[in-house]
Amino acid sequence: MKNTKFSVVLNGLVTENPTFVLMLGMCPTLGTTSSALNGLGMGVATTFVLIGSNTVVSMAKNIIPDKVRIPCFIVIIATFVTLLEMLMKAYVPALYASLGLFIPLIVVNCIVLARAESFASKHPVFDSALDGLGIGLGFTMALTLLGCVRELLGTGKLFGQIIYPEQYGTLVFVLAPGAFIALGYLIAAINRLKRKQA
Amino acid sequence: MKKWDASLTHMILSMGLISVIAAGALGLVHTLTAEPIRLADQAKQEAAIREVTPAFDNNPLKECFNIRTEKGDSLMCFPARKGGKLVGVAIETYSMKGFGGEIRLMVGLSPEGDIHNYTVLKHSETPGLGSKMAEWFKTAKNKQSILGLNPGKDKVLVSKDGGEVDAITAATISSRAFLDAINRAYIAYVTSTNSQNSKQVVYEKH
Repeated sequence: MKNTKFSVVLNGLVTENPTFVLMLGMCPTLGTTSSALNGLGMGVATTFVLIGSNTVVSMAKNIIPDKVRIPCFIVIIATFVTLLEMLMKAYVPALYASLGLFIPLIVVNCIVLARAESFASKHPVFDSALDGLGIGLGFTMALTLLGCVRELLGTGKLFGQIIYPEQYGTLVFVLAPGAFIALGYLIAAINRLKRKQA
Repeated sequence: MKKWDASLTHMILSMGLISVIAAGALGLVHTLTAEPIRLADQAKQEAAIREVTPAFDNNPLKECFNIRTEKGDSLMCFPARKGGKLVGVAIETYSMKGFGGEIRLMVGLSPEGDIHNYTVLKHSETPGLGSKMAEWFKTAKNKQSILGLNPGKDKVLVSKDGGEVDAITAATISSRAFLDAINRAYIAYVTSTNSQNSKQVVYEKH
């Protein structure tokens, strides 16, 4: 029993990692990973929304007729994102300011709607919550990893700590093109690792 | 409980119920977080004021007054006092001429109008170029630092416009906009306080 619960979480972390395998939610992935801390913060924020929306969608799955499931899911997701925004403004204003526009954009992050539609609407409440947690952790790990790579290569810092002088950094990695380049190489590396294991 | 079928009653009931519960949750959290949000905003403003003015012991936020700019809009001015005597003012100023749009600054002036310090509150300038303004104009190198300059006596403009300040390398537009915001704050302050400083000539770009 414990094995299957844990495997739900592991699924989101590795097998169906939203960034490296499912390749969903690319916009916030590329937009918020200019620093490791921003990537981590965005990942945690999305995890909160994922757990919340998966849980509520699963609780309400019997009273939502199929024809109106999309508007209902969106309202539930948007409510959680708005709650998140208010809580962030109140308790972590610095992170809220640096993530800016990307927090409301969590509503249209494909990952959240995809998990509500494909998992939460068909599975029990606790499993759905665990799936939200697993996918969220997978997303957070991917974003933090990408953020670390971009921040280290672009500015010579890691989580704000100076590793090497900024003048030797490659500025392109802090900008949009570098995000694509870094992400591409990361996906290639992970695919290589998976092939070696198989 | 069997899943509701798609009859009109069920659809309306389902969406209505979810909307009502969502509205309730949002209203509740809004009420709970309104005060912390207000305090967080205030703390941020006060931190900026503290950074740009000399040490003070009053509450500049409470004594905030508006000063009018040439365009007709107004800036917020926070007086800093120590022992009842005015030691400086912090002015929240802006410029719309930034490369990426609006730049907001908090600049601290001495009572005579000398620039004491500044901090960038908000900008959309290019990382690695215009974004350097956060440190560039405070660094004591060549002629890039504006600390200690007085926009009434010195030409606080970039060298290209006949001024005394070195612009950020390859970021002239951002530099111009930054100094535009500084000058806006000075002019507004001096015009409103009507002190003897207003007799001094302020250099404008020709």
